[in-house]
Amino acid sequence: MKRRARKLFFFISAVALGLLFALAYHGLPAIGLVESRYGDLVNAITVPERHITDAVTAVNFDVRGFDTLGEEFILFTSVMGVVLLMRRQKDEPGGNHEDKARGRVIPPASDAVRVTALLLVAPTIVFGLYIVAHGQVSPGGGFQGGVILSTASLLLYLCASYSQFRRAAPKRLIEAAEAFGATLYILIGAGGVLLGGLFLENVLPLGKAGTLASSGTVFFINLGVGLEVSGGLVLVLLIYLEELVEEKEQ
Amino acid sequence: MTHLPYAVAAWLFIIGLYGVASSRNLIHLVNCVGIVQSSSYVLLLAIGYRTGRVAPVFSDISPKTPAVDPIVQALMLTDVVVEVTVMALLLGLAVQIHKRHGTLNPDRLTKLSG
Repeated sequence: MKRRARKLFFFISAVALGLLFALAYHGLPAIGLVESRYGDLVNAITVPERHITDAVTAVNFDVRGFDTLGEEFILFTSVMGVVLLMRRQKDEPGGNHEDKARGRVIPPASDAVRVTALLLVAPTIVFGLYIVAHGQVSPGGGFQGGVILSTASLLLYLCASYSQFRRAAPKRLIEAAEAFGATLYILIGAGGVLLGGLFLENVLPLGKAGTLASSGTVFFINLGVGLEVSGGLVLVLLIYLEELVEEKEQ
Repeated sequence: MTHLPYAVAAWLFIIGLYGVASSRNLIHLVNCVGIVQSSSYVLLLAIGYRTGRVAPVFSDISPKTPAVDPIVQALMLTDVVVEVTVMALLLGLAVQIHKRHGTLNPDRLTKLSG
């Protein structure tokens, strides 16, 4: 049988892979004893030289800011891929869904869900903005805060309806915000070149470590990343919800 | 026990691959890819951990306090966000395949069309 042959092949390969893992791990030091000279170096320079009190942010947006730019664009292209894949196509065969639960009525959200979601929208936005803005001081930054911000739109969907969600988050605007967030990163990087330095060099005054106005360009890069991540995730949510609503209408 | 996280990472990787190889549903398959990727989180955090050290955040402690490795944590952070959107992309592919072929079972997707 084809499936059985495939599984047999997998088990042989898995055992071989497991042995390779064991071989690779064999010489590694025990957990908690791994030496990392670069990690110690970053921890040593992050406050005195970079005026950033969260070393993880210092690594992401200052020490290896160029790599994070690349990672941000992986995110950007994935979101663009979702937009492209899920768009309505002319030759798309409609109505071939073999949904066994066809005609099933989705019950409306209960009042408890609506009220709780409504109460949570504003605190979620404030918390998301706080996390975006304080990446250089405490754990947080554009990626984490952006995800929190995007959940606010999902709460809006829970407490209202899809059409109100769309009105609050027009697709064009979200797309523009996402693209602007991604561009901001490059513009800040180019600013370093224009001021006579290197791409993504931290050219702004560094400020006092531990305050909101510290870390130079890192703060602004975080704002851009926050905008891009929240925009991208809201766009993905919008598109998937659109699919759901259109299927119901058919 | 001192090497347990390495074993967990290897286990997650292999069990995720098993899920991919034996999957009968593309949505299940996408989740298995997510499990394969989560093994990298365990491995990265395990490598960065140092016994008796604090988190690399110096907002309320002296900058000279010994802290764990922040580099692997930074790598993991972007990894998580990127994984979410890549999974959204893969699920989008699954939706398209279901629309075109009416099935999510990879065994039944034998028709080639160009």
